[in-house]
Amino acid sequence: MAHADEYHVHRAKILTPSFYVLLFFALLGFFFIGIRFVKGIGAVTNLSDGYPWGIWIVYDVATSTALACGGYAMAIIIYIMNRMTYHPLIRSALVTSLFGYMLAGLSVMVDIGRYFNAYSFFIPSRWQPNSVMFEVAVCVMAYNVVLMLELLPAILERFISSTNPKLKTFKKIAVKIYPVLDKALIFIIVLGITLPTMHQSSLGSMLIIAKSKVNPIWHTEFLPLLFVINALYIGYAVVIFESFSSSMAFNRPFESEVQRLSRVIPYITLVWLCIRFYDLFSRDQLGAAFAGDYPSMMFLAEMMLISGGSFILTWKQFRSSPRMLFISAVLLVIGGAWYRFNVYLIGFTPHGNWSYFPSLPEFFITLGLVAFEILGYMVLVKLFPIMPKLHTKKA
Amino acid sequence: MSDNSFFSGGINRREFLRLSAGLTAMMGLPYSMHTKVAEAAVADDRPPVIWLHFQECTGCSESLIRSGHPDTASLILDLISLDYHETLMIGSGHQAEESLHKSMKNNWGKYILVVEGAVPMAENGIYCKVAGKTAADSLKEVSEGAAAVICIGTCSSFGGVQAAAPNPTGAVSAASLITDKPVINIPGCPPSPYNLLATILYYLTLKKLPKLDKLNRPEFAYGRRIHEHCERRPHFDAGRFAEQFGDEGHSQGYCLYKLGCKGPVTHANCSVQRFNDVGVWPVSMGHPCIGCTEPDVMFHTSIYDKVQIHEVTPPDFYPNAKPSKRGKGADPLTTAVVGMFAGAGIGASAMMAKKLPQEGEDEEDKT
Repeated sequence: MAHADEYHVHRAKILTPSFYVLLFFALLGFFFIGIRFVKGIGAVTNLSDGYPWGIWIVYDVATSTALACGGYAMAIIIYIMNRMTYHPLIRSALVTSLFGYMLAGLSVMVDIGRYFNAYSFFIPSRWQPNSVMFEVAVCVMAYNVVLMLELLPAILERFISSTNPKLKTFKKIAVKIYPVLDKALIFIIVLGITLPTMHQSSLGSMLIIAKSKVNPIWHTEFLPLLFVINALYIGYAVVIFESFSSSMAFNRPFESEVQRLSRVIPYITLVWLCIRFYDLFSRDQLGAAFAGDYPSMMFLAEMMLISGGSFILTWKQFRSSPRMLFISAVLLVIGGAWYRFNVYLIGFTPHGNWSYFPSLPEFFITLGLVAFEILGYMVLVKLFPIMPKLHTKKA
Repeated sequence: MSDNSFFSGGINRREFLRLSAGLTAMMGLPYSMHTKVAEAAVADDRPPVIWLHFQECTGCSESLIRSGHPDTASLILDLISLDYHETLMIGSGHQAEESLHKSMKNNWGKYILVVEGAVPMAENGIYCKVAGKTAADSLKEVSEGAAAVICIGTCSSFGGVQAAAPNPTGAVSAASLITDKPVINIPGCPPSPYNLLATILYYLTLKKLPKLDKLNRPEFAYGRRIHEHCERRPHFDAGRFAEQFGDEGHSQGYCLYKLGCKGPVTHANCSVQRFNDVGVWPVSMGHPCIGCTEPDVMFHTSIYDKVQIHEVTPPDFYPNAKPSKRGKGADPLTTAVVGMFAGAGIGASAMMAKKLPQEGEDEEDKT
């Protein structure tokens, strides 16, 4: 299962200028997180009784887990659809997933008021299993573990191939664990596909109860389904985006698999758009969606980005152009994220004249976490065999 | 309780206690009184109730028999001893007259007289006769031996539609003809049956009349105005009104004041007690209050005329219907920084897109 020969360590300097820039923002973010724990949430955020969920939840949890769905989307196409040609892409997708999900968990810990009660989560007698939030929390936590296990072969391979005498004991352990893990991996992968399906839909379910607060353009019983499909196409778009970004940043040739991968996106977005419009039509909200006011504009922007991005991908000559492929991936990522922002924040109006815009420290915490995510990716691919092995004909 | 199980199966213990506790609360008595209320309701010496009908539509009786807690049979046989009621009793003719006189004789000075309907006085009262006697004569005769007189409905309390102009029968309220007995008015068209029931049980429990307002209405039911407890009140306070029937505001459930709602001048508990045991009342159905519990509102003003409002703004202790802006919105610095980073992200993506080659190899058909 491990296909160890498909990956290699990207050998390059770790301490590059971009490393320091990202480190600066990551540290700035952690500095403000420190302030949050010393002085409280009110000191760093604009959160209020009307808007208890700000960008930490809307971006770091609801959106960043979708951006981290590359691993999920790739696992579906590789293991469910049995397209092993895409296998070289999975490890880098898994790394993005792992960081995305770890940061989602971290953000929740920063966001919850009584973080010191969070240990209750590990005490089953204190569970509330009917809660959607509980489901999301369990899934996110379990998926983090699954992602780590899925990435473990890469780390073990590094130790096995190591010739450093200092790592001898690690090497011994790695040699022992590796075959066992290799056999168990398929079950972990199955879990790795089930869990995101569960919690990505639950991220949508969370807003179903807020019927009177979420704008009817976005509030629907279809929210869970829309969120799962949305996570899928964001996932594929992110894989494409990430593939080109890392190729550019690390000066590698383009990964040819993404071109074929991009073919599936228009089908997925088409299904999503059909459900979206059928739902608007059946609830008699098409008029509101095209009314031209602020929510309607936000809806139209979301639609333009998603349908524009997918429309590009329906043409073969565009799919074969790296530039157009990259542009469409960016459009789809922004459009998909825009949809989640619309549901969670822009279309969300609490009763009683509240307003919300993230404060500067709040924004810097999110920015710091994103910087930390990219930083971690950059370092990991330089330490462990994660990037696809270069195609010999191009190398 | 009694031996009427043949008719209704009686009222079971749970329902009975629920009813007693509910009525205790309604009368504004302390909760600890509910056992006393229950005892009074089952006492063997509970005085009988005699019910006379004059110029009316029987709507008040209809309302009474629509009470679901208790149902009609339990109500008239178990809870009150309804000895004479022209539309509900089984007997008729001489048999009915006999039961009336028997009950009056046996319970002289103890029975409660309930009067429904106005009394015509023109041409010696010939416009309403039962058993050959005019309404005025019957009332005089029966009220003589009554412990208290309860005038149910607007007709008997204030004259109602019969006394409205031009009033050809010279109708007057029954209450105005009784001078030597305590009179309790329970106006309404029709009133809630629980207002009558609560009044009777109050009297049975405490052997005295409930506190009355200046129009002899029990204060526990008629002490406050509809407007004070209306579910549409926040719309009034926020200035959201239905302008005409069927318009946008009307379908949104806005305040009905501009459609002629008399809630601001009408003392009644309809907005709280509601009707038919399912929690409905006219305003909840979208019709303005017509002020049926007031002597000079209904039948004296048009249903669709607006009433004078004396307290235009809500009291200070009401929650604000138009809350001020709360929460922290965008400040220029944050917006600028967020915009800067968003711009940088888009710019970087654009640069990357520019660097990427337009033409690529076609990999699709390869395997």
